[in-house]
Amino acid sequence: MISHPVSISDAVTGGSFLLVLSIVLPIAGALLAFIAGGRRSEWIVLGTMPFGLGVAIAIAIAMQKSASPLVYFLGGWLPPLGIALRADGPSVVMVAITAVVICTIGVFARTEFCTPAGSVEARQPFAFWILLSAVWAALNTVFLGGDLFTLYVAMELLTFAAVPLVCLDGRAATLQAALRYLLFALLGSVLYLVGTALLYGTYGTLDIVLLSHRVHAGSATLVAASLMTVGLLAKTALFPLHLWLPPAHAGAPAPASAVLSGLVVKGSFFIVVRLWFNVMPSLPGPTAAQLLAGLGAAAIIFGSVLALRQERLKLLIAYSTLAQIGYLFLMFPLAFDLTEGRLQSGGALTAGILQAISHATAKAAMFLVAGLIYTAVGHDRISGLAGVARALPLGVFAFALGGVALVGVPPSGASLAKELLLQSVAETHQWWWAVVIQMGGIFTSGYLLLVLAHALVPADRRVAPRAPVSRTQEAAAFALALCSLLLGLVPWEPFLSVPVGISSNPLALGTLSKALWPILVGAVLAILLGRWGGRTVQMPLRKSLLIVVDPIRRRTLAFSKIIELVDDILQRWTAATVSLLLVVILLGAAMLLG
Amino acid sequence: MTIASTYEVALAMIVLGLAAWIITAQKSFAAAGGFVAYGLLLPLVWVRLGGIDVALAEAAIGGGLSGVLLLGAAARLGTTETAVVAERPGVLVRLLASVLSAFIALSLAAVVLLLPDPGPTLAPAAVENSAATGLGNPVTNVLMAFRAMDTLLEKVVLLLALIGIWSLVPDRFWGGRPGMRHEADPRGVLAFLARLLPPLGIVIGLYVLWVGADHPGGAFQGGTILAAMWLLVMMAGLMDAPPISRRWLRLTLIAGPGIFLVVGLGGLWLGNAFLAYPSAYAKPLIVAIELAMTLTVAATLGLLMAGVPERRA
Amino acid sequence: MNAAVVFGLCGAIAIGLGLYGLITNPQPLRKILAFNLLGSGAFLFFGVVARRGAAVGLGGDPVPQALVITGIVVAFAATALAVALLLRLFEMTGAATIRADTRSSPADDPEA
Repeated sequence: MISHPVSISDAVTGGSFLLVLSIVLPIAGALLAFIAGGRRSEWIVLGTMPFGLGVAIAIAIAMQKSASPLVYFLGGWLPPLGIALRADGPSVVMVAITAVVICTIGVFARTEFCTPAGSVEARQPFAFWILLSAVWAALNTVFLGGDLFTLYVAMELLTFAAVPLVCLDGRAATLQAALRYLLFALLGSVLYLVGTALLYGTYGTLDIVLLSHRVHAGSATLVAASLMTVGLLAKTALFPLHLWLPPAHAGAPAPASAVLSGLVVKGSFFIVVRLWFNVMPSLPGPTAAQLLAGLGAAAIIFGSVLALRQERLKLLIAYSTLAQIGYLFLMFPLAFDLTEGRLQSGGALTAGILQAISHATAKAAMFLVAGLIYTAVGHDRISGLAGVARALPLGVFAFALGGVALVGVPPSGASLAKELLLQSVAETHQWWWAVVIQMGGIFTSGYLLLVLAHALVPADRRVAPRAPVSRTQEAAAFALALCSLLLGLVPWEPFLSVPVGISSNPLALGTLSKALWPILVGAVLAILLGRWGGRTVQMPLRKSLLIVVDPIRRRTLAFSKIIELVDDILQRWTAATVSLLLVVILLGAAMLLG
Repeated sequence: MTIASTYEVALAMIVLGLAAWIITAQKSFAAAGGFVAYGLLLPLVWVRLGGIDVALAEAAIGGGLSGVLLLGAAARLGTTETAVVAERPGVLVRLLASVLSAFIALSLAAVVLLLPDPGPTLAPAAVENSAATGLGNPVTNVLMAFRAMDTLLEKVVLLLALIGIWSLVPDRFWGGRPGMRHEADPRGVLAFLARLLPPLGIVIGLYVLWVGADHPGGAFQGGTILAAMWLLVMMAGLMDAPPISRRWLRLTLIAGPGIFLVVGLGGLWLGNAFLAYPSAYAKPLIVAIELAMTLTVAATLGLLMAGVPERRA
Repeated sequence: MNAAVVFGLCGAIAIGLGLYGLITNPQPLRKILAFNLLGSGAFLFFGVVARRGAAVGLGGDPVPQALVITGIVVAFAATALAVALLLRLFEMTGAATIRADTRSSPADDPEA
């Protein structure tokens, strides 16, 4: 934890101006695209992308060279009066991944969102490019902002840019999904705002570093912490506050879904991390951390079972996002150091960040491929995916790679995250989280194999793509999936603390076999819970297999019926908002217990 | 109890009564009307709390513009009332919700009462550093100098909300004029007011902007008054809403954040950081930015009220 | 019983009422009204904090007051966006509700 330097001249040291540039560049791109209009708006935003990517890489290099967080004081004013931008290890990693994912999505979206020839300006392309640039600016501000109110304004910018992306195609159903998203997100923001008022009233500043020095346990701080955390959880769609996510992410156009699932939900998650790890690490006790992870575990179970029961590919991917969001919150109790009574920024935090970026890249790839499948065959029903692998070989391969990376096969980022989490479990003797972690991997492989099984079955006739599928788009999705698969090989040491003892050879036979058994168990789950129909049950061998499996299948389906029932209840606005208030009270009580 | 505290308690009771009315009124139009009254009484609360700038902003934006927006929406949605009322949750759910909300309200009340009084404050720091900008209004100093980044981001947020609203238009109306064409009796009261008030309103709006440098006021408050005058003229049918594809309209909309950004980047060479002002030119630069911001705020708020384009250009 | 105490209680009750309204009123427009009520309660908290920070001849701490002005503008923008979405939804479907029909999802075939 650094303290602010005394002299202003440190404000403008070498690399720290890059922090400002990473926020200003996308904003300037959005403004220029707005004024230029028409086809030029697409070119302007695409033109800023290489520069934005360059700035993100330069920030990483600068931070590595300085070996301490980069700080920039806006306007030359020191906190508490002024606002600081601050880039520590996790920020730099998130900024870099955001740049990579947005640039790739930009390349992918060129085909879909280009102004058609013959019109000066069209609604969808114009709106999409400006909204994309705004999402980028908002995310960079979230990752680099050093003041809690600046983070609030950045979150509002993120929400206002994300909501129109949901209803970009103009259908009534997506409009309704966008309205629910907006209203629930606004509820979250207001709760966050109430918390910041209480914090300012107690400590006289909203700067993260200064707060970390001044925070002590007290009733106002406790109430503020619970309100702010739950407000952020509502924006991150953690169980039971997830009612808005599946319709919103599944109804948006494919590049928009990729941005929403991959990056936008990580924004509010990152602010929770900032709040718990940087502002008040010793305030929430172990009980509150267990509660958060408990909600995460419930999210994993609910999201995964519902994903397995879906009929449409985009809804399956959206529900799997719910499960993966739950996975992100498992790190909180594992980062809690009981002897010091505070959250440590150690291996567990690294695992959380790594999981976030692996999910960002892999999920974006999966949504992009779902979009390609829709373009190719005109629908996204899972049971009708036969023959798609022939039409989109690279696309389906990218989907498989992304899914495999998420399951945790080395050398993916998710596998490194899983190892770090399991090491923390061993150190803190919280064996029950090991069960949940493994279950997460098993479920992920379950719904991955479900989709692949349907996609790889050859169709009766050769599936002719209804519209030509651009190879660039397939390559973009493949690049993202490959990125997710190779994240475990990147040297994370300068940015995230990787404890010694983590296997240095991710490709060894032992580690590979450790990663493969969840896939086998996942296959069993897919058989038991998935919807099978049509072509896949033709052969007599499979028929006899199904007769054997049937009684077990009936029992597991009964279990999934219960989960679907609970989810139906939680999809209603009254139930979700009442559970939000309950979570606030429970979290406050847990923090009080310590 | 002194007269002042009696007045405050009475004001608080009326405000809370209006708040309860907003939540429990049968018809949405009545609730929206209550909201306008609420939004116009809150500024009195803010005056008692010592925030005159906030009182002006609340009256203009919170009571005025939000109220008109919600009243208009309530009027249009009147026919859907009966259908949706059927979705009302049962007695048990409402009881649970009221218990939970009451619990949270009580905890917040307890916490607010326990906050330190006098509390930690940045007022001395703000006054000390006001020499850097030469402005006398400390709130303007905070908005334009100390926390300028928040103001810049907020300008972008306003623009994004407008783009979000425009993106809802059916494709065939893209580039068209927002809202329906308003008609009003050319010899009626509305047209009369729309001819009488705007010249006064423009002068008052610009005055509020100008005086915001040293006294309560500022770009947001002034810009809102200008937007209100523009809306009045449009509602009386004296002027039509501009098509959203017009270049001059888009220039006005990005003038505020654009100039702010340019000056901020200029601060790197002339000042010593992004969004820093060179001490010699601080006041003229801030006034210039505020002028651009006023025009942008006026245009943006007016268009936010006008809504989704519903006609061709 | 000074201004800060009275209006602090006022803000807390406004937040409670806003929460209740947001949960129980089925009409989206009433939810937007309740959200505005919630927001104004949160701003009143900042105002109480500002009043308690009055010093050096100022009536209140200027920093929370500036935060409230920013918040008021952002809340208005949110209201405008929500109302526009609602009105557009009403235009397209003739109904104004955010209750999703059971099991019919927005990822349904757009061709249908």
